[in-house]
Amino acid sequence: MTTVSESESRLIIEEAGIPVSKWKVADTPDEALNAAREIGFPNVLKLNASSIAHKTEQGFVKINLKTESDFLTASKELLENNIPESNLLITEMLSGSREIIAGMIRDPQFGPCVMLGFGGILAEAVADVEFRLAPVNSYDARDLISSLRTRNLLEDFRGEEALNIEATIDLLIKLGELADNKQIVSIDLNPLIIVEGIPVAADALVELKGGI
Amino acid sequence: MTKELKPLFEPKGVIVTGVSSHPGKFGFVALHNILSCGYKGEVFAIGREESIVLEQRVFTSLDSVPKDAADLIVLCTPVEVNEEMVRRASEKGVKAVFCAAGGYSETGEKGLQAEKRLVSLTEELDLVLAGPNGQGVVSPHVGLCAQIVAPYAPKGRIGVVSQSGNFVSSFLNYANQTGIGISRSVSAGNAAATEIIDFLEWFAIDPKTDVALCYLEGLDDGRDFFERVKEITREMPVVLVKGGTTIGGQRAAASHTGSLASDSKIFEGMARQAGITRIQNIESAFEVAATFATQPLPSGPRVLVLTTAGGWGVVTADAISQSSDLVLAPLPSDLKQSIDELVPPRWSKNNPIDLAGGETRDTIPELLSVASSHPEIDSIIQLGLGIQGNTANLIRSGNFYPDHGLERIVDFHERQEKRYAEASVEVSLTSGKPVLVASELAIAQPNNPMVLNIRESKRLCYPSADRAVSSLNHMVRYSNWRNGNN
Repeated sequence: MTTVSESESRLIIEEAGIPVSKWKVADTPDEALNAAREIGFPNVLKLNASSIAHKTEQGFVKINLKTESDFLTASKELLENNIPESNLLITEMLSGSREIIAGMIRDPQFGPCVMLGFGGILAEAVADVEFRLAPVNSYDARDLISSLRTRNLLEDFRGEEALNIEATIDLLIKLGELADNKQIVSIDLNPLIIVEGIPVAADALVELKGGI
Repeated sequence: MTKELKPLFEPKGVIVTGVSSHPGKFGFVALHNILSCGYKGEVFAIGREESIVLEQRVFTSLDSVPKDAADLIVLCTPVEVNEEMVRRASEKGVKAVFCAAGGYSETGEKGLQAEKRLVSLTEELDLVLAGPNGQGVVSPHVGLCAQIVAPYAPKGRIGVVSQSGNFVSSFLNYANQTGIGISRSVSAGNAAATEIIDFLEWFAIDPKTDVALCYLEGLDDGRDFFERVKEITREMPVVLVKGGTTIGGQRAAASHTGSLASDSKIFEGMARQAGITRIQNIESAFEVAATFATQPLPSGPRVLVLTTAGGWGVVTADAISQSSDLVLAPLPSDLKQSIDELVPPRWSKNNPIDLAGGETRDTIPELLSVASSHPEIDSIIQLGLGIQGNTANLIRSGNFYPDHGLERIVDFHERQEKRYAEASVEVSLTSGKPVLVASELAIAQPNNPMVLNIRESKRLCYPSADRAVSSLNHMVRYSNWRNGNN
């Protein structure tokens, strides 16, 4: 089993119709800067390679880059890591104070399952995740959302729109459908940032049987 | 394809093996229980020595059993002889084997081999095999108590299946305590050939069973269980207690989602998705199953609370507000008007309907009837009954009874309690809506006339409003699931 790069993961997720933050890949700092101008500032820059699954822990993610010079410095720094077959991934910086996590796994007992949970820096402490067996229908997905203990935190909050339940149901159904592709071992969307009610993946990690 | 289990639960005749004159032996106990609970079919006892046990002739061989006289054999004989017993029984037209005997896979490798042989033999002979290492099967509608333990249970609509025999006994004990009976019960034992899910599937087609009650430990194939159980829950509620955790094996380690998964989390999600009513403990599980078996399924979440006085209504309203699936019904204005016409103006004018002691002889039945027929009310919880019965009990045992007019007042109180209890059952039947009566008297004073009358009507008197709320909540959740999945 191999995790594929974030850009490859994003392609799989996007193709399934799941909203992801705007993104581009680039091989050089100059290319990256052009991409950054298209996406806009502030933005996020990540080192993109199949060999690195958990980028944040390794310092391979630079967030909230506000100026072109900050951006250029960050891209040079990342490339200096000399990770083989790596390039740069530029994504928009989503604005939303609330995060959820979602995913798909294959359970040895019950087969493919989709997951939804409370996200963000408190996610581990709150530990509020729920699973359903894939495929899920809209009843299952709605019930999953409503069985989260923290569902109240996803309602209207300090001027931010409530989590759009229909969009979240759609997300869960699509994650479940991705399980039909037997090559896909697991999917992590961590986090999904709630933007105007819609959960948008700010990161994606797909694990494939034998890689691509 | 649903396994045909009728020969196990409604045999025309039963053979018991391993019968001896020792009253402590399984064969003796099984024979005793079959002969003592009203079974009308023919019973044949097989033992090592020809004798008379419990006035029943004991044969030394199945040769003495006429062909096609029995379709169930209960094996209480040691592992070594059981295959021969099964072969002979099949020749005599037996269709189902309950193997109470132990010594199989639960004991190790040798036992496992014996179990495999028993399974393939019964497959070859096209016999149903339940067990081995199980307590037995109970089927009150045909008076059958083919088990090596107590108790027997009254007739009812709950089908019980358990991976632990002791919990069959627990459920049956509650059936006796509450009077809410069972349709069938079976201890699946090692479940070598007939698994929990096979029993559940048969319960779903069994005309005597309306709700399944199940204790489950492990699953061989979780996905298969899920796919099959959700077909059953479309037809009938399945109340389930899950014990222990299954060993899920290794999950994909690279994924964050995988690291958040646990067997209990996934099982819980599966249960909700399959419409299973999962309950944490045995006592509540019986109560919820008994509720499904005795109350109509509510068509919505709106609950009306009716109380004769005070705090009961308040705490019940709180419990409803904190429940996951129930709603305290806003009191419809036309219903408010109708109630105004029935009781003095000091009533609460709100839900809970607190009569504040303003009820007279006929108020409660009339009020119940008006409220239950209102389209914006889906169910009723009724509190504060039994007070008059309580008073009657004290007077009856006091120094002055029956003089001083006390006999008359006691009679009056007791008649009233009977009327109230009958009314709550009657309006529930007429309206097709659940009406749950809750009072601590259910436990504190089981001979209270209200409690006795509810029991006689084959319904539960809930020992607390919380428990009524909890059971009702499970009904509403299941009802929602069924509407969403059918």
